[in-house]
Amino acid sequence: MSAHSPYREGTYGILAEFETAKALVSAARQARLAGYTRLDAYTPYPVEELSEALGLRRSWVPLIVLVGGILGGLGGFMLQYWSQVLHYPMNVGGRPYNSWPAFIVPTFECTILLAAISGVVGMILLNRLPQPYHPVFNWDRFLRASRDRFFLAIEADDPKFDREATASFLRSLEPAGVREVEH
Amino acid sequence: MTTFDPPAQPAPPALPRLPKPYEPAVVAPGHTQATVTDQVNKVVFGKTPLWWLAALGISFAITMGFLFAVIWLFAKGVGIWGINIPVGWGFAIVNFVWWIGIGHAGTLISAILLLFRQEWRTSINRFAEAMTLFAVACAGLFPILHLGRPWLFYWLLPYPNTMSLWPQFRSPLIWDVFAVSTYGTVSLLFWYVGLVPDLASIRDRAKATWTRRLAGVFSLGWRGSAKHWHNYEMLYLLLAGLATPLVLSVHTVVSFDFAISIIPGWHTTIFPPYFVAGAIYSGFAMVITLMVPLRWLFGLKDLVTERHLNAMAKVMLATGLIVAYGYLIEIFVAWYSGVDFEQFLLVNRFTGPYRFQYAMLWVCNILVPQVLWIRRFRVQPLLVWLVSMFINVGMWLERYVIVVVSLHRDFLPSSWGMFEGTFWDWAIYIGTIGFFLSLIFLFVRFLPMISGFEMRHLVDHGHHTTETEKA
Repeated sequence: MSAHSPYREGTYGILAEFETAKALVSAARQARLAGYTRLDAYTPYPVEELSEALGLRRSWVPLIVLVGGILGGLGGFMLQYWSQVLHYPMNVGGRPYNSWPAFIVPTFECTILLAAISGVVGMILLNRLPQPYHPVFNWDRFLRASRDRFFLAIEADDPKFDREATASFLRSLEPAGVREVEH
Repeated sequence: MTTFDPPAQPAPPALPRLPKPYEPAVVAPGHTQATVTDQVNKVVFGKTPLWWLAALGISFAITMGFLFAVIWLFAKGVGIWGINIPVGWGFAIVNFVWWIGIGHAGTLISAILLLFRQEWRTSINRFAEAMTLFAVACAGLFPILHLGRPWLFYWLLPYPNTMSLWPQFRSPLIWDVFAVSTYGTVSLLFWYVGLVPDLASIRDRAKATWTRRLAGVFSLGWRGSAKHWHNYEMLYLLLAGLATPLVLSVHTVVSFDFAISIIPGWHTTIFPPYFVAGAIYSGFAMVITLMVPLRWLFGLKDLVTERHLNAMAKVMLATGLIVAYGYLIEIFVAWYSGVDFEQFLLVNRFTGPYRFQYAMLWVCNILVPQVLWIRRFRVQPLLVWLVSMFINVGMWLERYVIVVVSLHRDFLPSSWGMFEGTFWDWAIYIGTIGFFLSLIFLFVRFLPMISGFEMRHLVDHGHHTTETEKA
């Protein structure tokens, strides 16, 4: 058991280290073919093929951005309409209270602002960040995942997970190293 | 009926592929993911160079002078500036437009060039984004300093208050508040989101405890999970899509400050596109002004190559020509409109008391940059740097001509006047340059100024010339 195990005890999963993105993608494909479902991969930069190899579903981020943008636009316009027409109508040189063409610029800016903020917050929360501790860091070689190494993890709560069988399956994929990590 | 079959022709021999004109690589040959990462992080982990201490010291001293000038301004009021009636918008607005224009390059490089898949953007986008943030920070100071009662700046924001008053949403000055604050916020988000994986890389390499802890906190525990990248890439693309119309809107809205009014020389429809082109022009000039010395001082010539200089010089040339078109159309429309005041403004620009500034504007913005037509000059760092300095000055003069020359002689000759910047005008302007440079120097020393994860991506896809290709 690791000294830093604030949440759970026991095995988190088994990590395999690869030297290239290509090797990792093919390993991920084979792991899925072998029936593993609780998989994750760790790479130093986004590898597009991995999303398909791991069978990831479409990201929720676009929907969050769309909703944020619509709310921002409506909110921005309603703020102006309500304040200039309903709450404190003021006649400026005979211009209509609802001078909607003049309201377009703040409406546009509110749309972009809220879409961007909700997108960033959404991405962070969907990824369950910030997460100060994660078991994968218990392997010191994992630090190279942010430099030049590629890792595949089969997690212990996978129904097909078996300490011996999974480890030897991962070894059969010709990785640079395999290691079981604890929570 | 018989069909006529033309005799079978032998297939034409395949034309030999013409050799491509030599194009320097985006990344110097021989780099791998490990070496780019180390090169990017080298500056952060390296020893503090002496030149850096000296440069930061000087910029910081200028920043202190700036703070002194601001305190003097708050104590005495805007009367210490050269502004008067009729020239009520002096240096403050000139500097505001100049800085916000400079702040356009970052988002343009990050967002628009990302959508256009211009891979050379990768080694300069982080730096340009940081430059954008700092330039927008400097820009944002000026309208506030200009307020007269700057401590009431929050009256510009719509918030429920005991006076039941709202901002005047029909005014371009309020549009400006929305445009600039949205631009600043979205640029900050874009920059920070890009930094997260690189901070994780710093965290994983750091030897000093505090570096590791700080990088750890700000990298949010990023571990490069494929599930995370999946959402991350989607967000990055969407942010680029959102930032693209935003960056085009900001200087458009700034130009509305002028174009919505009826002052001769301001009330013109060419302003939005011509302001946006000018903003990109000055932004790229500032990126070159800073990047050419920094890549030399930090030894980053492998990652910021002649290819980048060439590409940025081309963008400057193109946007400079749009600006030139704007100047010509201004002249044409003044004549074609048949409006006495517009025509007088034209004559006044060429022959009035500010003719020297107007002439220098043509020299700096239009004449000198034409050397960039020649490829040999575009890859000469020193030469491109000199041209960029001309553009920095020229774009400041452009705003000076727009603000001061239009205001100083408008409709009634009895209310004409003159404007001249005072010592405090210059102190605050130069002070913001010191503030800007201090932030730049702090940034390049303590944060990765090149996007590491995007460089790794680039190297992996083999978008750089390898030794074998070169042979």
